Amino acid sequence: MKSTLGNMILSLGCISAAVGAILAGVNLLTAGPIEESARAASVEAVASVLPPFDNDPQAQAINIDGCEIYPASLNGQAAGAAVKVSTMDGFSGLITLMVGFDTSGCITGYSILEQAETPGLGAKAQEWFRDSTGHRSIIGSTAPLKVAKDGGEIDGITAATITSRAVLNAVNHAREAFNQYNSQS
Amino acid sequence: MKALNIIYNGLVKQNPTFVLILGMCPTLGTTSSALTGLSMGLATLFVLICSNVAISALKNFVPDKVRIPAFIIIIASFVTVLQMVMQAWLPALYGALGIFIPLIVVNCILLGRAESFASKNGVIASACDGIGIGLGFTCALTVIGALREFLGTGCIFGAHIYPESYGSLLFVLAPGAFIVLGFLIAIFNRLTNKA
Repeated sequence: MKSTLGNMILSLGCISAAVGAILAGVNLLTAGPIEESARAASVEAVASVLPPFDNDPQAQAINIDGCEIYPASLNGQAAGAAVKVSTMDGFSGLITLMVGFDTSGCITGYSILEQAETPGLGAKAQEWFRDSTGHRSIIGSTAPLKVAKDGGEIDGITAATITSRAVLNAVNHAREAFNQYNSQS
Repeated sequence: MKALNIIYNGLVKQNPTFVLILGMCPTLGTTSSALTGLSMGLATLFVLICSNVAISALKNFVPDKVRIPAFIIIIASFVTVLQMVMQAWLPALYGALGIFIPLIVVNCILLGRAESFASKNGVIASACDGIGIGLGFTCALTVIGALREFLGTGCIFGAHIYPESYGSLLFVLAPGAFIVLGFLIAIFNRLTNKA
């Protein structure tokens, strides 16, 4: 088809308008479910890192020192909190994790929400730090953590020291935020 | 019969990965396991069929000089639809494929088929071309992903075949993608040249 200024503007304009309308429609349909699934993932992560609780931690979430804190309680008694923390120090950048603490500051669990670490190496972090083999597990620990290579007591992931360091530093950051929250309440 | 010919052409004779060598970025980037390779292939297949059909239906209304921007708008809109739908209903898969979903827009297979096939042929033929090329891409990515996963971690689709500690991690990392792809291209060309 021969191009003239008029038909070029008309055809591109029409296509863009039609596409815009379609995208707006799909956005209307999917915005709800997208929000829902992000919320469900967060609720699930909080539940997986904490002992049983009966409140709604999402509703009471507060932000301290760049971390989201989700306080939990059971029968009105404080039962610790889950802390969502992010770090950019992973081998492939962003790692986001949820760490659970009980009221005494003891780690009750953790879950990695987002990461792009190397499959087979750094990506093992999801399971590694809860494994009871050797000195891998961070569950139950109450002090700041360091990998064995840096003079600490936690065995880092084999061939993924950068990831291990990033995860442990993020956990330490979460602990600081939790302590700040704990001393306030 | 003609439809089957077009599909066979895309799947084997003009296989986008092994013969045309197009779309190498997602091919190398998303095939660290069979499942991610397969999902990336299916996502591309969906966009390719939709964009081929839309472009061949609109080909008589688009002036020559603005055809490329028009094609890109159409492709980008289908990719965005796919991205929103995956984010809403398949969040785990969306997380695994990450940036590679929006990057389907710049996959040269899509623009290549739009320019060389859909803008010259009818709607049904273009749909068949989308199916053929898309399936060719999907099969190639699944095979590469399965081989890398098998050699690297001892699994295929997450099912353990041999203990993980015997696997060579090299194949899960970037160099393994190039090595597996190179050998597969060589094998594929040997087989098709003979026939």
